[in-house]
This record gives sequence, C-alpha cells and structure tokens, in this order.
Amino acid sequence: MATLKLADALCVRGLRKRYDDHEVVAGIDFNVPSGTCFGLLGPNGAGKTTTLRCCLGLTTPDAGQITLNGHAIPQDSEAARERVGVVPQFDNIDPDFTVAENLLVYGRYFGIKDSIIRARVPDLLDFAGLGGKESARIQTLSGGMKRRLTLARALVNDPDIVFLDEPTTGLDPQARHLIWERLKQLTARGKTLILTTHFMDEAERLCDRLAVLDHGHLVTEGEPRELIAAHIEPQVVEVFGDEAAAWAHSRGTLGERLEVAGDTAFFYCRDVAPLLAALADAPSLRYLHRAASLEDVFIKLTGRELRD
Amino acid sequence: MNTDLFAIPRPGLRWIPVWRRNFLVWRKLAIPSVLGNLADPLIYMLGLGYGLGGLLPQVGGVSYVSFLAAGTIVSSTMNAATFEALYSAFSRMHVQKTWDAILNTPLSLDHVLAGELVWAASKSLLSGLAILLVIAALGLTTSPLALWVIPVIFLTGLAFAAMGLIVCALAPSYDFFMYYFTLFITPMMLVSGVFFPADQLPAAVHAVASWLPLAHAVALARPLLLGNVPQDVATHVAALLAISVIAFGLANVLTRRRLLK
Repeated sequence: MATLKLADALCVRGLRKRYDDHEVVAGIDFNVPSGTCFGLLGPNGAGKTTTLRCCLGLTTPDAGQITLNGHAIPQDSEAARERVGVVPQFDNIDPDFTVAENLLVYGRYFGIKDSIIRARVPDLLDFAGLGGKESARIQTLSGGMKRRLTLARALVNDPDIVFLDEPTTGLDPQARHLIWERLKQLTARGKTLILTTHFMDEAERLCDRLAVLDHGHLVTEGEPRELIAAHIEPQVVEVFGDEAAAWAHSRGTLGERLEVAGDTAFFYCRDVAPLLAALADAPSLRYLHRAASLEDVFIKLTGRELRD
Repeated sequence: MNTDLFAIPRPGLRWIPVWRRNFLVWRKLAIPSVLGNLADPLIYMLGLGYGLGGLLPQVGGVSYVSFLAAGTIVSSTMNAATFEALYSAFSRMHVQKTWDAILNTPLSLDHVLAGELVWAASKSLLSGLAILLVIAALGLTTSPLALWVIPVIFLTGLAFAAMGLIVCALAPSYDFFMYYFTLFITPMMLVSGVFFPADQLPAAVHAVASWLPLAHAVALARPLLLGNVPQDVATHVAALLAISVIAFGLANVLTRRRLLK
C-alpha cells in the first residue's frame, strides 16, 4: 500500500490541558494514520484519559489543535463522533436492560433506525463472543462478558475509529486474549484503533505505533521494536535472591547498565557471556535471562517509583 | 458540543433517544411505579379529606376533600418530577455513568439534559394524571374545565424537573437531596395552599409564598377542578414557564461545569 497515502484518522498538535495549577497534558503532538493501531502508554496520572477526552471533544483543551476523522475538535465533535466508537475505562453498560436492549438503545443515540440495529445485533454479539446472549440480564454477565459487550456496543455504529481506554484492565488472561484477538480483527477490517494501556505486552502485540506519556509530556514515540532498539540494551538478566543486590553492586561493570529494585538486580547488556559466567560461579543466586521488552523501555523512561 | 459553560442550550430533537431510554426502563416497571405514585397521595387526600374534613366546615367554599384534590394533584406532580430529576437522574449521571456512555455518542450534554427534563416532566404527568382520573372517578370534579389541569400538570412537572436538575448537578451524594426536601420542598408544600388556603398565613409569609412555583400551580389547578377559570392565568403560566427556562439554563451551566471539565 506504499503508493496510497492514507489520511490521518487523528492529528493532535500542541495539546495542553490544565486543571487548577496542575498541567495534566503539557503540549503533546501525535498522528494516528488511518487503519493502524496506536497505543498511548503511561503510568497512572500521566494524562492518557485526559488526552482521550480532549480528542473526543468532551473537554476543551487550553491550547492546541485536534482533527478527528477530518473534523475540528471540539467545535465539530458531534459530527466526528458519528463515526467513532468508544470503550471507556469503566464499564457503563445500562444495568436496567438486557444485552440486546443495550445495543438497541445505544444505536438510537447515533440516530440509527431500530430495524437496522436489530439486524446488526447477532453479528455484534457473535463478534464479542456473546452469541445467543441477547436476552441475558446484565447482572448475570461476568466481568469479561461485560467488557466484551462494551466492545460490541462501541461497534454498533460501524465506526471508522475506535477509542479504547484500558480495554483489558481487570480481566483474566483468557478474557484478555480474546479481546486482543478481536482487536486484531478490527484492524484487519481497516478500522483505526487508539488505545491506552499500561500492559506492555498488550501494547507490543497490538500497536503499530505507540507513544509513552509521562507527567503530561510525550517521552517517546515509535514502533514497538524500534523503541526497544533505540532505548534499551537488547539483553536483560534479572538476578534475584537475598544477596543479589550486594553481589550485583560489586559486579556492576558486567552489564552496560544495572538497576536494583528490592531483592532483584536488572543487568541490561549487549554481551551477556561474562555475566552468565560470573553467575555460574554463584550457585546461591537465581537468574532469568531474556530479551529486552517494551516494559524495560517503559520503566527506563518513566522510572520505578509508584504513581498514584 | 457546548463545552463553553454559558452557551445557550441547543438540544434540537436529538434528546428524544435519551427520553426513549428512560421510557424503556420505566415500561418494565410501569405498574408498580404508577401504583406507588398513586397510593401515597390518595391515602393522604382521602384520609385528611374525609377524616379531618368531617370536623371542618367548608374550606374555600367547598368540602375539604374537594379543596384538597387540586393540591394533591400538583404536589404529587412536584414530588414525581423532583424524585426523577434528583435520585434517578443522579443515579444515571453519577452512579451508573449512563450519561458518560451517551456523551461518547454524537449526543451532547444539552441533549442528555433536555431528555432528562422532558422525561421527568412526562413521568410526573403520568403521576398527576392518574390522580386526576381517580378524583374524577370519585366525582370530586365534574367540569370539563378540569381537562385544562393536564397542561398545568405538565408545566408544573417541567418547572420542578428543571429545578431538580440544578440540585442534581450540585449533589456530591444522595444524602445532599435531604437538604432540598427539608429546606425547600416540604416548607413549600405547607405555604403554597395545598392543605389550607394560603391567605390563612401571616400576610408577609403569604406574600412571599405566592411567588413559589407550587403556589402558581395550585392557583391554576384549583379553580379548574372546581369548574372556574383561574384568575391571572397568564401570570401563573408565565411564572412557571420562566422558572422552567431559567432553572434549566442554570442546570445546563452547572452540569457542564461538573462533567465537561
């Protein structure tokens, strides 16, 4: 598709948003080309949800320009949202309705005729792994099923762009894998996905491009592999045990970089042979040798301190 | 999207799906809901009307139960609209986050609030209408003029729904609504001529009370039920309309401040 220049589904320039004297989003720029999956990563409080709210026109930025699906936001956000689906961070399915009624009522908000929505319901539920659950009451659904219903609801208007705010938080691994698989199907159908997450394996699997947001700034942006190559040594050795920290400090030069957190020492290396040889002489220590991942990049860029 | 706090609400007709959402929920519980709204005020009206009324000579020129009929209709309308705009709307806004879900669609907060306003007024219309039917069935009203009470009920519902949405926008939790009831709704019921003619009150209180929304509703509904054309119709209608418009405008500003920040 190199010859076809696709328009950007979302374009954000110089976005700023301040609450009282705290600048939650402090001037960020990014583009999401149509048909791709874009991940917005960051610790809690980094400004991810605020950024999404600005992009949807739910709050007015203090500065910056946003174009969503060709519409200026927030001025033209009602028109932009006609072709957008949203999976919010917290499920807000209507508890008074059955599964099918939830989709019917939600479709009406888009001005879609009842007959068209009813015709779409079986396919939407099949896609969400909820086939045959039309008349189930919401209280009888598990957390994973509610999440999938929220995904089905976000697709009721057959959107071009789907925003997903932490789509798999709180789900068990089975439910998470099912959501991932469905999201891949959506990009295969040409939909644009914009998701926030703090699961790095999720971002690495799903996203064509991602950006790391911290304290309202974009710390880095790129393809997952590219970011790992650019920011971090390719090999990681985690050494753990009671003496790991002391042992590691005395042998810090065995890796390009050493970080100690609790009773685990992280060696970031280009060549691991000398370190593995030294570990062979220290049988009381356990270790794990692995390839560097996005999580290592994330921790390097945003630090190890807890965020609230 | 009016993210501008003070923009004039422009709900157009896109509020209708919001109204239909609430109607669909109500339909599932319609019978207990109507009976619940009907039983309580009727017990009061019949209990006080015949019990207390037996001790009284005529009140306002009619039997006490006939006097009480109009007050019962408008005060239950007020209660139904207020409950819907306080507890039910607050549940949808704050607890279930139904409004957040709607705001992710092409609808804006203007549409949501207009849908809630008309819904609360519609529900209170059903409530007032049910009582009107019982009153007619009991023979407490016989004049065709009583049909004009129907728009009065709707207008009363609109005014109290709009005021309720202001309180909803300000509420940190359900407990907050107690202030509105004890400081505003209950005293208003006592001074607006629901249970006794308001001119029994000290002149100063009566003068203030005649400005209250419920007093305008009583002033319209009572003569109509008794087969008379109310005095100063235009003033009372204009007052209820003005309260509805101003309160709804304020509710929009306060809700935007709360949700669109």
